[in-house]
Amino acid sequence: MNFAASDADPHLPGTGTRTEDLPLHTLKILVAGGFGVGKTTLVGAVSEVRPLRTEETLTDASTGVDDLSGVESKSTTTVAMDFGRITMSGGVRLYLFGTPGQERFWFMWDQISYGAVGAIVLADTRRLATSFASVDYFERRGIPFVIAANCFEHARRYTTGEIRKAMDVDPDVPVMLCDVRRREAVKGVLVTLVEHSLRFSDAR
Amino acid sequence: MSLVVDEPRERMVGREAGPIIRPYAVTRGRTRPRGAPLDLVTLLAATGNAPDDPPALSSPQRRLLELCRRPSTPADLASETGLPLRVVQILLDDLRQHRLIQELLPPTTSERPDPRLLMRVLDELRRL
Repeated sequence: MNFAASDADPHLPGTGTRTEDLPLHTLKILVAGGFGVGKTTLVGAVSEVRPLRTEETLTDASTGVDDLSGVESKSTTTVAMDFGRITMSGGVRLYLFGTPGQERFWFMWDQISYGAVGAIVLADTRRLATSFASVDYFERRGIPFVIAANCFEHARRYTTGEIRKAMDVDPDVPVMLCDVRRREAVKGVLVTLVEHSLRFSDAR
Repeated sequence: MSLVVDEPRERMVGREAGPIIRPYAVTRGRTRPRGAPLDLVTLLAATGNAPDDPPALSSPQRRLLELCRRPSTPADLASETGLPLRVVQILLDDLRQHRLIQELLPPTTSERPDPRLLMRVLDELRRL
């Protein structure tokens, strides 16, 4: 796998790689939610890498109503996608992708959701309606998802029952409250999603 | 009707705005890869083939090729290089077409992950 010595990059460890560090299996989880709902915080709470942001580009592929005021004249503009990673034993890597929830970003979701474990719909109980489109998307495409309501300070606490009713989701869709700043809480959401994903596969 | 088109004013670009080079300059204006787009988490590795014509590779392509000496994914590579994901997918597709990199595993045909793999992930998450 080595190139000529002149090609060597001093920044690469090169020889120091242990075989068990090599990735063998990769899995994706999508984190969908509106701006400011806490996607970056959620991804950062469990990611082994500092919450990296990768830019995805909105091109002509994004149709639909575009209300990006001030940038209407641009044919491309970049949107940030939160990206996190958890490396597990046996070369398993779990990737988290936080993407904006609006319909105009769905072309990005299509890429992420194919073959994915599932999705976390991160909801803000003060603006639950902003999550309806995300729920529609995953229901229509048959992608397992859980709803995690971020517990903002000063926001009225709703019960999961109330949230479930407002979101009108199937009874088997897990709905939970989550403080996305807490690693343990986010781990709990991930565990719930993977369990749901397993049941979901069985049921099909 | 006036012939003067209301041109958008150049916006001031500050340090926060990132690189000045427009992202699609490095793909020579292409906005899609020639082949099927690589999945964000497809594992890629350098084949070890020497490029036929090294100068034909752009600097970002050479950087990606070097990074692929360790198996990596388009998502990791985009983060590492700071290039937009779509741009990275196009440049990686070029490298793949030139047989300089390859996918480590055959592309999955299943829409759902292997349940055995999910079980392993579940165990690991609980232990985290």
